[in-house]
Amino acid sequence: MDDIKIEDLTFAYSNKIEVLHHISFAVDKGEAVGLIGANGAGKSTLLKLLVGLAEGYQGSIILGGLGVEKKNLAQIRAKAGYVFQDSESQLFLSTVYEDVAFGPRNYGYTEEEVEGRVMEALRKMHIEGLKDRQIYRMSGGQKKLASIATILSLEPEVMLLDEPSIALDPKNRRTLIHILNGIKETKVIASHDLDMVWDICERTILLSDGRVIKDGKTREILMDKELLEANGLELPLSMQRQYI
Amino acid sequence: MNRLQKAVKDIHTVDAKEAGRKGQSKVHPLSRLAVTVLYILLTVSFPKYDLGGIGAMVVYLLITGIWEEISFREALGRIWPVLLLAGAVGIANPFVDRKVCWESGSLAVTYGMVSMVTLMLKGIFSVMASYLLIMTVGMEGICSSLRVLHVPKEFVTILLLMHRYLIVLLKEAERMMQAYRLRAPGQKGIHVNAWGAFAGQLLLRSVDRAQTVYESMLLRGYTGEIIGKRPVGKRGISIGYAVSWTLVLAGIRILPVFQMVGSLF
Repeated sequence: MDDIKIEDLTFAYSNKIEVLHHISFAVDKGEAVGLIGANGAGKSTLLKLLVGLAEGYQGSIILGGLGVEKKNLAQIRAKAGYVFQDSESQLFLSTVYEDVAFGPRNYGYTEEEVEGRVMEALRKMHIEGLKDRQIYRMSGGQKKLASIATILSLEPEVMLLDEPSIALDPKNRRTLIHILNGIKETKVIASHDLDMVWDICERTILLSDGRVIKDGKTREILMDKELLEANGLELPLSMQRQYI
Repeated sequence: MNRLQKAVKDIHTVDAKEAGRKGQSKVHPLSRLAVTVLYILLTVSFPKYDLGGIGAMVVYLLITGIWEEISFREALGRIWPVLLLAGAVGIANPFVDRKVCWESGSLAVTYGMVSMVTLMLKGIFSVMASYLLIMTVGMEGICSSLRVLHVPKEFVTILLLMHRYLIVLLKEAERMMQAYRLRAPGQKGIHVNAWGAFAGQLLLRSVDRAQTVYESMLLRGYTGEIIGKRPVGKRGISIGYAVSWTLVLAGIRILPVFQMVGSLF
């Protein structure tokens, strides 16, 4: 069954310049899909459209069996967790616990249930020890893990991650890949970090100028040097070594 | 550390202190809020020449500060501009009210001077009481207590978001200042020619960041009210705290405490 189904999606911001043109694809339940493309290809916009953060598209977007439209937004946002590129903006309360508990509290869970969900999300991210840590005292990597925990506490069916490895050091990046591989929910990861996409996603969609250029197996797309270079990308670093 | 960095650090320090205290405190934030409101109301209600009466109100500040281990030196360092403003309220009184109330040789104290000091103390004590409240229960504690009192959620949410967005604004300003300083070595502050662009950019960037924060809230089920953990406190201790302070403060307000203490000697 499809968790996400997009048909003939076209979108323009208020300046009327189209940023997405006739996009169509579907993502199955439990699938991990990498969304790659050069700057301005439309990756972040596409993710935002999936959770209704951008309005006024043409075509059809179905998430978890619901059309992405105003009347369904509350249900859709309960099904889909969105991790922002900038963790600083995602975390706005004083401590990790309070921030991770923000979502479950809004959905009306009792304080015991909230605590259970928070602790489970922190455990999944291996940051139980940071529960009472003040957000401003955390490193970039810890903030990224905490921001993913804020989404996991809502137990989403679909996880949308916008540049999750940005500003992470190699060790934190490796930890994040390990953790994301352990999460069984449907994942769509928009990233320039092709090595990360290689490690997590079995399928990749290549976008360029708002169009789907290629949709297929990650290994096939990420090993295609000409295809990547024609669309403003380069081979993953692990692949480049083979060419040296 | 420049002023902006210090301001951000101060806000975080208050948050951290309040978070550290949360586990230990047995008094419900609502009791503390009620006592603070009562304290401010009683403080401002003193007649303008009752210097002795208002002086006795310092008892609450001293006991709370010592009990909660809040440094008065730090407090003064943080809020001195507000204290200065509050203290400046009655500055014109000595020029208007020149009737002498006490004289010793060439030294004369006028009613204007007394009322000026009384007004200053009213302002300073009220600000200090608010500061102690924030330091002990934090902004989130105050907001959740206000909701318990059925203060409209819109008002409470605005209050809480203002506190959060203030940090966003300060951090953006700090980043811009750093970028400016690195490209304008030796310059003191921002050149007047750049003020307009700087203010405009700061506004746009802050709005941008605030928008992302808001989107993040929306995606996690925010519907107009920030639901925090219900404030905790031991019922008996909280009631005892509120009742005891109400009696003490009302006693200070009604009885001439300083005169009574003086008459003992």
